[in-house]
Amino acid sequence: MSAQTFQPIAARPAPVNTSGPLVWIRTNLFSDWLTSLATVCIGAVLLWALPKILDWALFSAVWQPSFEACRAEGAGACWGVIAEKYRVIIFGRYPFEDHWRPLVATVLLTGLLVVSCIRYFWKAWLPLLWLVVLTAFFMLMHGGVGGLAVVDTDRWGGLPLTLLLASLSLVASFPIALLVALGRRSKLPAIRSFCTIYVELIRGVPLISVLFMASFMFPLFMPPGVKIDVLLRVLVGITMFAAAYSAEVIRGGLQAVPKGQVEAAATLGLSYWQTQRKIVLPQALAMVVPGIMNNFISTFKDTSLVTIVSLYELMGAMSMALNSDADWRPFTIEGYFFIAIIYFVFCFSMSRYSHWVEKQVNKSKLR
Amino acid sequence: MTTSSPPKKNNWSWRSEAFRGVVYQIVAAGVIAAVVWFLVHNTLVNMRVRGIQSGFDFLSQAAGFDIGESLFPFDSGESYWRAFLVGVSNTLRVAVLGIVLATVLGTLLGVGRFSRNVLVRVLCVSYVEFFRNIPVLLQLLMWYVVMTQILPDAADAWQAGSFFLSKGGVNYPIPVWQTGQLWAAYGLLPGVLLGWTYRHWAVRRFEETGRAGSMVLMPLLMVVLASLAGWALGGAPTEFNFPIRGEFAIEHGGALTPEFLSVLLGLTLYTASFIAEVVRGGIASVARGQSEAASALGLSKGQEMRLVMLPQALRVIIPPLTNQYLNLTKNSSLAVAIGYPDVVSIANTALNQTGRAVECISIVMLVYLATSLGTALLMNWYNARSAIQER
Repeated sequence: MSAQTFQPIAARPAPVNTSGPLVWIRTNLFSDWLTSLATVCIGAVLLWALPKILDWALFSAVWQPSFEACRAEGAGACWGVIAEKYRVIIFGRYPFEDHWRPLVATVLLTGLLVVSCIRYFWKAWLPLLWLVVLTAFFMLMHGGVGGLAVVDTDRWGGLPLTLLLASLSLVASFPIALLVALGRRSKLPAIRSFCTIYVELIRGVPLISVLFMASFMFPLFMPPGVKIDVLLRVLVGITMFAAAYSAEVIRGGLQAVPKGQVEAAATLGLSYWQTQRKIVLPQALAMVVPGIMNNFISTFKDTSLVTIVSLYELMGAMSMALNSDADWRPFTIEGYFFIAIIYFVFCFSMSRYSHWVEKQVNKSKLR
Repeated sequence: MTTSSPPKKNNWSWRSEAFRGVVYQIVAAGVIAAVVWFLVHNTLVNMRVRGIQSGFDFLSQAAGFDIGESLFPFDSGESYWRAFLVGVSNTLRVAVLGIVLATVLGTLLGVGRFSRNVLVRVLCVSYVEFFRNIPVLLQLLMWYVVMTQILPDAADAWQAGSFFLSKGGVNYPIPVWQTGQLWAAYGLLPGVLLGWTYRHWAVRRFEETGRAGSMVLMPLLMVVLASLAGWALGGAPTEFNFPIRGEFAIEHGGALTPEFLSVLLGLTLYTASFIAEVVRGGIASVARGQSEAASALGLSKGQEMRLVMLPQALRVIIPPLTNQYLNLTKNSSLAVAIGYPDVVSIANTALNQTGRAVECISIVMLVYLATSLGTALLMNWYNARSAIQER
């Protein structure tokens, strides 16, 4: 047996640097051969495509409103079409010299939407504010008060119309949705089946068929001699449609309220409506805010369909502005990009907000 | 001195919950019946006043309009119901293809959100945010503009092999129908049987012995080989009908119209962004410990996704995925905006020609209701299959 001598093992290497840009690149871009391959492939495509896209969209783009310059050889995107037509695209067929009216109305309505999103303003007077702003919106757009010339609804168009359709149908559909959601959970079989049929029927058909119904069949539904404005008919259609979807969201919230809450309310001797109003709805509605918000985003996008039944909202106004002008018609794609950006700005900010609300709601559950 | 006895229950009193329930229901039914009667009455009166005919008898009359594209031959002399049939088949064609493509793309994008490569993650996020925040109708119209204005004319179409891309759409070679292809189908049948039996056997063996055999690749190989064998037995026909550059258009071969392509592309890209979110949410809902346990067992990253994460995520994914499929089918109705002859567009034409608004719109609604219910049933069946088997 040999005497064992103490032999120290080699010291461990110093720990690898775990911060700094180089390490970040190594872990996020080149951690193994597969990720490295992906990085190289995507990087190559980006390096090839990005300069072309940037060149088309920015460096070779024509910004001044002249279609001769746009048609020149080697010209990129023709943003001049926006510079030339932006007022018609945003305000549609509204009388040109009165464009300040829809502008003020749009700002008012957007402001109202922003205010409604801020927690500080969630007070009892918020519905009143909605009423005031919507009245002001109508007075501004329609005119006939305070010396403003009357502008009929068939000349309304563009962004104000999009905003109006989306927000008014949200407001109008909410009470219907609430009742239908409660009805679907009712113990009374007749009421429950009516509500279920309504929701499933509407959710089973596309919005466009509802809009066709609103524009072709509503006139037949009314007593002879009664004429209803096309804007109102379309609004009713969108509201009925949105209500069915919101009802499902609210029903989800109602289901999430623990049964013990309702039982506790019953032991306290509260009636059905008292239970719903004081116990169930406050808890359920707080949970469904993100879902309602998502519904609002899809309604906002869906308002673009009304152009098919010839109401000139943002998209219809844009098509009308370019199709009526042979000089600018070749640059439709730039026009589409312009309104795509408008839609994106609205929808993206709303979806960010909805995320934020969701986090706020979940925060209370994390305790 | 009063003895406290419970008050006598009167079943016909307003204080009885059951009685109130009956009254409420009768009132609700009465109100709805009154509204329906009011609408129907007005409609009938209006139709009489305006001299609008009603009824579905127009369906057997000659349609009198041509349809740009259809799966089976149609000419303007044929009846309205044949025209509607063409519309329905066109709707289903674009919807089914769109669902398949959107599922593949959406799953890739959703899984890509969990990539270790930051470029892949950023690409997936920007794709989803971009495509889902722009109205689908706008996207359809943009693709249609790209297809019909920006692509080159048919005379100088882009060519890749025997595929052409131009304002006329995509042209591609199609195999010429010969009896040899029938033989391939004959070969396919035993191949499917064989593959199915083998798979069953492999699964059984895996469950009994734990030895994992090839449960997907081998059966697939069997199916392919069997149909190839059938094709070879039938004389191995290789004749194709190639598209040729003509003077004004690409001739011969198969063709996809720009309308169809725009609808398909728009719907697929739009819905894929939603499916990606659904898949991401599903995967994120699987408990973190599952992924850690999988790595502890020595599964590779791919195996972990395929064997551990996705099967569990599937249960969360399927209900919202069904919704997306239904949305895609319903959104295919927007094809009317760019002139793809789907059922809405046919109904619209029929409505303008015959003036029978109620009938045409009801047909459209019925078609979509039937499709929605059908898809929902199918997906519910699949959902029941993939749900946790509780013992």
